[in-house]
Parts: sequence; structure tokens; C-alpha cells
Amino acid sequence: MSKLKPILPKAKAREAMEEIKPAFASQEAVTEANRCLYCYDAPCIMACPTGIDIPGFIKKIAYDNVKGAARTILTANILGNSCARVCPTKVLCEGACVLEDRDHDPIDIGRLQRYATDRVLETGEQVVAVSPLKSGKKVALIGGGPASLGCAAELVRLGHEAVVFEKKEHPGGLNTYGIAYYKMKPEISLAEVEMIEKLGVEFRCGIEVGTDLAVDKILQEFDAVFLGIGLGQGRRLAIPGEDLPEVADAIDFIAEIHSQPLETVKLGKNVVVLGCGNTAIDAVSQAKRLGAESATILYRRSEEEMSAYGFEYALAKSERCEFMFQVAPVEILETNGHVSGIRLAKTDSNAQPITGSEFTVNCDHVIKALGQTKMEKTLLEWFPKLKLGAGGKIEVDPLTQETSIPGVYAGGDAANGGAEVVNAVAEGKRAALHLHQTFTGEAVTPPAQTTRYGIEPPFGSGFYEPVRVSG
Amino acid sequence: MADLSINFAGVKSPNPFWIASGPPGNSAYQCHRAFEAGWGGVVWKTIGEAIVNQSSRYSALQLNGQRMVGFNNIELISDRAPETNFKEIREVKDRWPDRVIVASLMVETREQWHEFIKRSEDAGADAIECNFGCPHGMCERGMGSAVGQNPAVIETIAGWCAEVAEIPVIIKLTPNITDVAQPGRAAKAGGADAISLINTINSITQVNLDTFCPEPSVGGQSSHGGYCGAAVKPIALNMVETIANDPQINLPVSGIGGINTWRDAAEFIALGSTSVQVCTAVMQKGFRIVADMAEGLSDYLDSKGMQSVEELRGRALPNILNWENLNLNYARIAQIDYDKCIGCNLCHIACEDGAHQCIDLVDPAALGVGEGPGRLPGKPVPKVRDEDCVGCNLCSLVCPVDHCITMIDVENGKERLSWAEYQAGVEAGTMEPIPPHP
Repeated sequence: MSKLKPILPKAKAREAMEEIKPAFASQEAVTEANRCLYCYDAPCIMACPTGIDIPGFIKKIAYDNVKGAARTILTANILGNSCARVCPTKVLCEGACVLEDRDHDPIDIGRLQRYATDRVLETGEQVVAVSPLKSGKKVALIGGGPASLGCAAELVRLGHEAVVFEKKEHPGGLNTYGIAYYKMKPEISLAEVEMIEKLGVEFRCGIEVGTDLAVDKILQEFDAVFLGIGLGQGRRLAIPGEDLPEVADAIDFIAEIHSQPLETVKLGKNVVVLGCGNTAIDAVSQAKRLGAESATILYRRSEEEMSAYGFEYALAKSERCEFMFQVAPVEILETNGHVSGIRLAKTDSNAQPITGSEFTVNCDHVIKALGQTKMEKTLLEWFPKLKLGAGGKIEVDPLTQETSIPGVYAGGDAANGGAEVVNAVAEGKRAALHLHQTFTGEAVTPPAQTTRYGIEPPFGSGFYEPVRVSG
Repeated sequence: MADLSINFAGVKSPNPFWIASGPPGNSAYQCHRAFEAGWGGVVWKTIGEAIVNQSSRYSALQLNGQRMVGFNNIELISDRAPETNFKEIREVKDRWPDRVIVASLMVETREQWHEFIKRSEDAGADAIECNFGCPHGMCERGMGSAVGQNPAVIETIAGWCAEVAEIPVIIKLTPNITDVAQPGRAAKAGGADAISLINTINSITQVNLDTFCPEPSVGGQSSHGGYCGAAVKPIALNMVETIANDPQINLPVSGIGGINTWRDAAEFIALGSTSVQVCTAVMQKGFRIVADMAEGLSDYLDSKGMQSVEELRGRALPNILNWENLNLNYARIAQIDYDKCIGCNLCHIACEDGAHQCIDLVDPAALGVGEGPGRLPGKPVPKVRDEDCVGCNLCSLVCPVDHCITMIDVENGKERLSWAEYQAGVEAGTMEPIPPHP
């Protein structure tokens, strides 16, 4: 039995987890929308993996056509509302904004996108067109995360059937269970799922493929399969004390926050988080917000080497989370079977422990954010011939998302190794477009801003390879 | 420091900034506030037989999120009794002897004009302004723009005024006509001492798409109103110039229409205005705006080495010619500064779709330009095809970056040639016709 316990009462916990980027009021949105220059061949579009016509939807907001703005966004990216909240816009669309390097702030594209799509999500109004022609083709999507949602929505829009199999209680994947609560509440993800369900996608939740439902059965019943199964368990440290009851994985800790009332989430007084990626930041920030006296990141490399985005790091620091760099865990210490501290060694510039440098930090809760393992074993059980690439990623054709097995597609973290929600949606959509071509022989041109200068993507479209700009 | 004082048809004003006839000059209270803020004069809200107003009177044009870019009203002249207005004029004049008060008048018969001019003079007004401009309500009763649209009537009424007035008579013209010079000449012929313009323009600002009633709504119905505010400035400048440049008129001009800033005021003065009148900007922001106008104009005059407003007056008039007298051989082209270009490529699409198809998008490496502010690496940049550029200015107008696209003179060694000279030359056989554009 762990000694962790809830700290904050209900009202305080909710207040602490309020979203950090509030919605625009309508006058604010119009004012911001009017700042947009409406660039020709706009770089923000090129920087968006789903190729949303950003200047187009922004001008619709400016011209009091908010519903049309939502239609533009959701047609290109069915998870446009959650992406508006969780996309690292500073390194995507907003990072590419032509105003960025002038003496101006870039257009607040994320908040405008949220403004346009919030209302549609609230009213449940269907703004995205669904083809009246039905092909009779059926696709099974395994895993209910953003990649499958992006693929399934596009498939039904094009006139095919899509059935999503999800082992958890709710679909949405990390959008429902794994986004920092103060960025997006799980209800938002569930509202998006509902919108996709209304489009005609069928969801079968609580079903573990391979256990509850044999893969062969799926292959018999469906014309194609899309694998959007994400990543597996968190990596293990392989140090003494790792199995103590107060040692948790960051993914599980964040999922707990999303599956139960905030005032019942248990944590320690002094929390340490191992690792310094964006998930580690989400974990440490939420622990601090939920009442931990101290919440500290322990990272074996230097400040410059962390994989978290700069703005995430800044956010955590502003919440008085602490950071220790160049330290590696050696042992998690126990007292009477419970975590009482962590023994660390200082590391050299190659992240190797320095002999004799060990010291102890007091803590009563250890959260590991060391990345997730791949689902190699499961995948090979399901599809023994499936070709896996470096690090266990599913190998796919980058233009179609088809795997080494014809008719089996993959996208999202399982195929890209771990990227943003927007990348997952784009990959799902790309698979759907190729499936459509396979089913009907008819090619669908992705929404791309064409140029007449014969310049191939990435110029002219963000659909294939988004332009990444440095954070 | 430049001298801001003016002499308008014999009336001295400490500065050229006057409140135009309208809601801000409706009472002694407001005039005191205007003068405290620094206005040089007030044209009182038009006095006539007291009228009854409608409820809901104003409407506005919003543009790209900006409020009151244009403004309209269906309010009539003063709804206060003439004796109240004249009593208050006296009150204000006694307290502010160095400021100008102009009584704006609108009545019907010769006797009434004589009476109201006498009462204005008795109240201490420095001048009268005949309101021949109001385009709503009063014109239905044969006054306001109904007078201003008929030069013969203008001349008659101006004559009635001139025959008795001991103070200057200013005729305020309506823009709701084809050629403003005609009513201007009629005013001159009738004996007017000065002209003010423009009054408001007939307008409907917007239609409510739920009720299908235009604004302002009077119980679900509306009427056309008088349009004013920043949006009308170009129309007003054109008409002020027409009057000021007309050799047959040659009267002092008080410029009105969309003046918000010192720069607007300076432009009206450069086109021949002696005083300028402001109403809408005050309705939006209050009397305080005059401080900035006076400061800005003074600094501008200093920067140009001008000693007085009078030195600026009419400075732009010689540069306005008929089209046929402009130089056909002058050429300019657009030049893009790649150190400033942010890569929005708005110039390209504007030229491509809206003008003369002479800005290409090219690989920056081929052009030898590096990364610019905000431009993604390798993103195509606009390039002007010099030989095809007609110098229309459109690209420089749409470019969102100051001084990024400049229009530069092309030295083509050709002598000045007007359309008139060219026509004559071709007719005489001394000049080859210019081939049509391909």
C-alpha cells in the first residue's frame, strides 16, 4: 500500500489545474484575427502537418463567419480543437509566422483556432461534410488515439466504414489520458470523440485486441486495418527500489489525473521526476499544482540537452518546480518499505556517473518519465511478418502509411516513434486518403495551397513534410 | 514656434481648429469645455425654428475591428429654442472673447434670415454659416441640401444674407451634387464671404441582417443619413481642392470632413483651407484631441521652416492638374528591399491577380538574397520584372512593412510630354503614336 495521498481539497485542486491559456472573448478574437496579414503561400500552412488553411480561417473569424472558420479547420484536421490547445504552435505555425521575426508577436493562431472550434464542439453542430456515396468498405482501427481518430474521420467522410477498437474505457488515447490537465481537460477530447462518432465512426471500447478479439477475425471481417496503438509501458530504470509502491510511471500518473476527480489524486510531499522531456514537465508541473511541497526534475544531462521545449521548461520554472541537471539515479531509498529518498550520482558531460560523487535527496514520490517502450512484442504476435524499423517503430511508406503488409496501415507514435498529436492526425489522414484510392481508384488531393511555380512540397503544402522551425 | 493663428475672412482665431456644427457645439456648457481644451472656434449647432428629433440617431461603419471608421446620423438641427441658443452664444462669447463663435443658421424666408442674422450679431457671433448641406430631414422641408443642390437658390439666399450681415457670411456646401464648383460659384455670386465644406454625404451604413432594418433603427425603420468621419476625408479633400483651385471663386475656405489628426488638418490646409472643422472625431474621443492637433501642426510647421499656418495654406494646390497635363514620359518602378521583406508575398498575389502580372516568386538562392526577417529558409521571394512594371504602386500599397517596397524614378532621358502635347504632336505628324500595351 502506497503512502501517497490526496493533498488539495476539491475547489483548490480545480483552481490549481485551471487551463493556463484561456479562451478568447469574441472582440479579442476579431482584433487578433485582423492582425493577420493573410499572406499568400502562407508559411504557417506549410508548417502545419495537417495543412490547415490558417490565413483562410483567420479571415473568416475577422469577417464574422466563425462557423466557416471551424469548417475550414475541422475539414483539414478533425482534432483541430485539441490541437489548438496542445500543439507546440511556437515551433509550428506560429514559429513560421512572418510577423515572428519582426517587432511583432506572431498571430496567436492556436487560440484563434480554439475560438473557432469551441462553439462547434459545444453545440455539437456538424460542420464537416460527409460523402453521401458509400463504398461498403470497412476499416478496423486498432487503438483509439489521435492517429486512428484522424484516419477514421477521414474514412467516413470519404464514404467508408470505420470501426475503432479501444482497450480503455474511453477513446482518445493520450488526448483523453495523457495531456497536462491545465492544457486540456479530458472532456474536450471526449467531445471531439463524440463529434467523430456523429460523423459515423463506430467505437468499440473496452476491447483488448488479441485477447477479446482475435486479429484473424478482424482481418476476415474488415477490408483493411490501421494500427494506431501508440507506445507501450514506460522504460524501466533497473536500479534498486524501483518497485516500491511510491514509484510510478509519468504516463500512469497523468492518466490517473484524467480518470478520477482531481481531489482524489494521490501524491507525495516531495516529488522527484526522472527525465526531462515534455512528459516529465507535464508530470512535475501537475504534481506541483496538485499540492506537492516540492517537485523536482532530475536529469542526467545538461540544461541545454533537455528534449523539452523551451516554453515548457519556462512554464515549469514559473510554477516553482525545481531542476537538477547532470545527476543520475543510483538507488531509490526505502524506510519500512516506502520511498524515503533517492541516491544520485553526479554525471560527466557524457551523462556517465562520476565515481565518488554520490549524494542523497529526500523524497517520498518518484515519477519516471524516461520515455516509453515500443509495442514490438504485441505487434509481432498479431502480425508475425510485420516489418519493424529502428527502435521498434512500425515501418511505413511515408507517402501512404502502409506497412510491409498490404492492407495494414499504421500511424501515430507506433509508427513515428513519438511525435505531436497533429502529426498523428496527419498520418491517419494520409492513410485514409490512400485507402480511399485503393478502394475506389480515385485519388484525393490533400488540402494544399497550390503554387503555380512548380515548387514541390514542402513549399506549397505542409501536408507531406511540415517545415519545422527552431524553437 | 510657428504661429498657429489665422485670419478667416477678417475673423481672427488663435488656431485653425474649429468645432464643426453638430452635437459637440449644441450648448454653452460644451463650448466652454471645447475652449478650455484649446479649440480656436466653435460653429454652433445649426439654429432655426426648434425641431423635434427621432430617437436613435447615429450609426457607424466598423472596418476590420476598428470602430467608427465612418459615421452617420439622422439628427436634425438644434432642438433647442433660438432664444436659448442666442443667449448661450452671448454667455460663451463674453467669457471667451479671443475665440471664434460662428452661428450656423437654417431658416426659410428672407425675413427669417434677416432676423436670425441680426440676432446672431446681437449675441456676439463672429460670423454666420448658412447650412445648405444637411442631407436628411430638413431637405424634405426645402432646406439644407435642398438649397445646396440648387445654385440659383444658393445665390438668392446668400444674397439675402449678404444684404444685411455686418459679420462674414460663410456658405456651407453639400457634397451631394455632381460638381461642387457650381454651388461654390453661386455662393460667390450671391455675395458670400467664405465657403465651408463638406457637409455630410447621403448614406446607409449597414443593414441589420436579422431585422432587415438599416441602422440607425427608429422602431424597426430607418432613413438615409449623413455620412462623415475618417472614411469621407478623400471626398472632402477633393471638394475642398476644387473650390480652392477655382479662379472664379477665390474665397476663404473652411475645410471639413474626416479630420482626426494634425496630419489630416495639415492636408486640408495644404489644399487651401484657412480653418478646419472637426465634429465626428470629437464625438468619438472628446474635445481633448485638439491638444495633439495643435502640437502636431506646430511641430510640422517648424520642421518645414514655416512661420505660420498661412505659409502652408494652398501649398499643394499647384500640384493638382488635369490628367491631360501630367507627364506621360515619367516612369517609376517598384523596388523590393530583401533585408526588410518578410515573405508574405502579398505583393505577388496583388500584382498577379489585381494588376499587371510583373512580380514573380523566385528561388531566393537564384536571386542571391539570404534569409530575411521572418522568411523561412528557401521560401520563394517576390521579384519585380522591371521591364514589365508599370509603376502602378499597388504592391507598395499592400506591402505590410514600412519602406520595404519603394517606388523609384526611372531615368529614361525622355522630355516632359503631356497628353495634350502628345495628341497635338500626333495630329501634326511630328510624333509617332505610342503602341498599345501588349
